[in-house]
Amino acid sequence: MGIKGMKYEEFGDNESLELLRESGSNVFLTSIDDVINWGRKNSLWPLTFATSCCGIEMMQTGAPRHDFARFGMEVYRASPRQADVIVVAGTIVNKMAPILKRLYDQMSEPKYVVAMGACAISGGPFFLNSYCVVKGVEHVIPVDVYIPGCPPRPEALLYGMLQLQRMIETETISSRKKRNASHSYE
Amino acid sequence: MEEKVEIIATDEKQEFIVNMGPQHPSTHGVLRLVVSLQGETVKNIQPHIGYIHRGIEKMCESITYPQIIHLTDRMDYLSAHQNNESVCLLVEKALEVDIPDRIKVIRTIMSELSRLQSHQLFWATFGMDLGGQTCYFYGLRDREMILDIFEETTGGRMIVSYNCPGGLMYDIHPNFQKRVKDFIKYFRKKLPEYDTILTGNVIFRERTSGIGPLTLQDAISYGITGPSARASGLSCDVRKHEPYSAYDKVKFNEVLFSEGDTYHRYMARNDEMRQSMNTIEQLIDNIPEGPYAVKMKPVIKLPEGEYFQRVETARGELGLFVISDGNKNPYRVKFRSPNFVNLGVLNHLAKGFKIADLIAIAGSLDFVIPDMDR
Repeated sequence: MGIKGMKYEEFGDNESLELLRESGSNVFLTSIDDVINWGRKNSLWPLTFATSCCGIEMMQTGAPRHDFARFGMEVYRASPRQADVIVVAGTIVNKMAPILKRLYDQMSEPKYVVAMGACAISGGPFFLNSYCVVKGVEHVIPVDVYIPGCPPRPEALLYGMLQLQRMIETETISSRKKRNASHSYE
Repeated sequence: MEEKVEIIATDEKQEFIVNMGPQHPSTHGVLRLVVSLQGETVKNIQPHIGYIHRGIEKMCESITYPQIIHLTDRMDYLSAHQNNESVCLLVEKALEVDIPDRIKVIRTIMSELSRLQSHQLFWATFGMDLGGQTCYFYGLRDREMILDIFEETTGGRMIVSYNCPGGLMYDIHPNFQKRVKDFIKYFRKKLPEYDTILTGNVIFRERTSGIGPLTLQDAISYGITGPSARASGLSCDVRKHEPYSAYDKVKFNEVLFSEGDTYHRYMARNDEMRQSMNTIEQLIDNIPEGPYAVKMKPVIKLPEGEYFQRVETARGELGLFVISDGNKNPYRVKFRSPNFVNLGVLNHLAKGFKIADLIAIAGSLDFVIPDMDR
């Protein structure tokens, strides 16, 4: 079923995603996973990484009106070693792509990627005719959540981050391994 | 990979080469500075750009004139209105279209609002660079109000694409005048708060006064424009010298200082916020009646020739140079962007100061990196 065939109500349905959890998992491990996931999801620290306009909207999300910190994205970390999630805010060009990959590699596990804005998703306004824009950040690093918009509103970024939290909530040790294997670019 | 931090320690000079950026919170984007240090003192700075080079100039050659404004929006995203205005003014000048007063006045108000929000963001990030986290919250709180006004009228918060060749995309929202007036009233009360928290702060004054002085002679020879040059006493405001839109009808002062250090570059922007508010107040009550757009031909073709148009963005002078061969696409487009030129002076300013001062100096030049790389 494509996204057009999806009923409006189902977008807001928080149960369906939780059902994706692998069936038949160990009861003991599940409760450990629950505790770990609860901690991980409520302390997602983003990396201060912004290349263009989306970065300003990301700053605006951290500002008083929208207040990122309500959902546990408490501080922006300047070092990738301390960050949990990298929000790719803005266009990635060929010269920047190796650095983005390196930043991603420097982050410690568990790490997540959010592609914010049209440029990070597909190249956006620079998809046609441009000779140096990476057409979608998933060519470089695996992406967990895509947030459309040019640039997305702060509310959209918050919604995307909440979706990421839901994704983290359903993770288990084995699903994480599987995800890493499928996201490997080696 | 080429982006390796090189540490070279020769015996006699003890010079360290440290890589700052491209991912660094104080470079405001993806600017990379290769800094040579002797102890803590900056010896030389070599800026590397191109980490956000999107090829906008080349892209412009394959699209039509009304489409170009959607790319100039994303160039200097904090002065999106002024960037668009340069394209629109150039096309209107080339086709000799008469623009009604209503459009001119609305464009001027929007440009000044745009300048205001840009300087608010400058204030917020400059304070944060120097360790004042509160500035970040204060500045961005007030900036949201301007973004609300933009959103109501144009549909976009930051990337507005409101100007188009021949006028505006749509008419202003019925609430526009009221909300702008409310905002000015609110912000006039808040601006003294800005001064209390940052301008008068002893630590801030110590860290900025006398740091990175730029003489008038150097400002001219490096081609610096905008508030950074006006802090050194160079009168370079395009709004005064070559008025476009409705700037010839309003009275405002060109903010000029003579010292040219980091503190005065900050003050030039701070005072420009007041001037912007004055400009808006003069115009907001007298928006003339009339159409919001002139009817243009469906396919805009410029006559063969070379055209140049300059506007004053929040960071300096933006020049747009177009060569047309008579087709619907330009033959060549060149932007003279203020940030690229202002970057050239960084080495001259920061040489001999401490590395912590480099952050203050780079912050006071108020870089927007996508405008630099285009």
